[in-house]
Amino acid sequence: MDTDFQLIIVGGGPAGLTAGLYAARSRLKALLVEKGAVGGQVLTTEWIDNYPGFPEGISGFDLIDKMAAQAKRFGLETKIATVTSMDLAPPVKTIFFEDNSQFTCQSVIIANGARPNTLGIPGEKELTGKGVSYCATCDGPFYRDQEVVVVGGGDTAVQEAEHLTKFASKVTVVHRRDTLRATRILQEKAMANSRVSFIWNTEVIAIKGGESGVERLVLRATDGTESEINVQGIFILIGTIPNNESLPLDQLETDSSDFVKTDQEMRTNLPGVMAVGDIRSKNVRQVINAAGEGATATLAAETYLHQLKSTTID
Amino acid sequence: MGSDKVIQISDSDFDNKVLKSTIPSLVDFWAPWCGPCKAIGPVISELAEEFDGKIQITKMNVDDSPSTPGKYGIRAIPTLILFKDGKIVDQITGAVGKAQLTALINKAL
Repeated sequence: MDTDFQLIIVGGGPAGLTAGLYAARSRLKALLVEKGAVGGQVLTTEWIDNYPGFPEGISGFDLIDKMAAQAKRFGLETKIATVTSMDLAPPVKTIFFEDNSQFTCQSVIIANGARPNTLGIPGEKELTGKGVSYCATCDGPFYRDQEVVVVGGGDTAVQEAEHLTKFASKVTVVHRRDTLRATRILQEKAMANSRVSFIWNTEVIAIKGGESGVERLVLRATDGTESEINVQGIFILIGTIPNNESLPLDQLETDSSDFVKTDQEMRTNLPGVMAVGDIRSKNVRQVINAAGEGATATLAAETYLHQLKSTTID
Repeated sequence: MGSDKVIQISDSDFDNKVLKSTIPSLVDFWAPWCGPCKAIGPVISELAEEFDGKIQITKMNVDDSPSTPGKYGIRAIPTLILFKDGKIVDQITGAVGKAQLTALINKAL
């Protein structure tokens, strides 16, 4: 089978870079494609304390920098380009790029990742970057001595609420349930911080403000009572949606939220196509899982390529 | 990999170098503590090479120069603002890909 590459990895976050590291070490003719710079969502994490091997913790940027350097050390080829579409069903798969170029390959690892979910409420879009934020690490320092709200109850929301107290005078976590989903140690830290308070069983239904940015939020409790809170910032940290715009969703099996389904070897329903990291349908979205999935997927790709070779010879 | 075609600017020379520039300018508002800002650094350098002479690609550290970002209401970084003849043409917030940045720049050409 004559193709440009044996394996193309789409996406350069922890999952894609680990897949790339394994591919380079296996001496596969592989290419990693990333739309901007390598990194993905982990870049928006100020500090990672749960990636083993870094006892003091490490910043998201430094971790990615090291992963990229490690893959590069073994000669991983990378290309900065935006993938517009993919044809993944036939044995020879094609990846199409924005500049109208294309590459063929025998196997693909989809590592497109995910992006922050939005609330979809009035004022959100208009005030994004003017008080509405999806990244506490990036934007926290703009809220020195101001009051902010964090929406969400998972790891990201609770960890970033705590982080924001370095800058904001008061951080209020607004959560639609009465308990947090976040890891215990993160909950304990946030609860112990006198500058973090919680509003339970409540949703934000509108964001109000003007030229100067966010001024206040309209809240609605589960019992229907509405109220307002004056804040200068709102950090919306309520999970993710898949970056699946370039995926052939008519070919790939996905779950009800359009995350890609795989088996335990990261194989999708299409032969030779694996999916890893945040775009994969799963419950746990951690850097450590993403990296492990990347390794598993490249090994699965190797097995597939090996089988392909033996059937071609026959 | 930095490019020497990327011009570092500050509050004190923003008016002269950007608003009074004869060619359009892209200003990348960034800070060293911002991971996504650092991540798009290489893309910014590539753009500076590709659009050399047509668009001026500049960077402003918001820690060292707080008043210009304040003037433009910037409360999130990276924010990239495209200026032409002293006025904003368009802007993008967040670590976007090269294709999106190229599309932004083309609005001033």
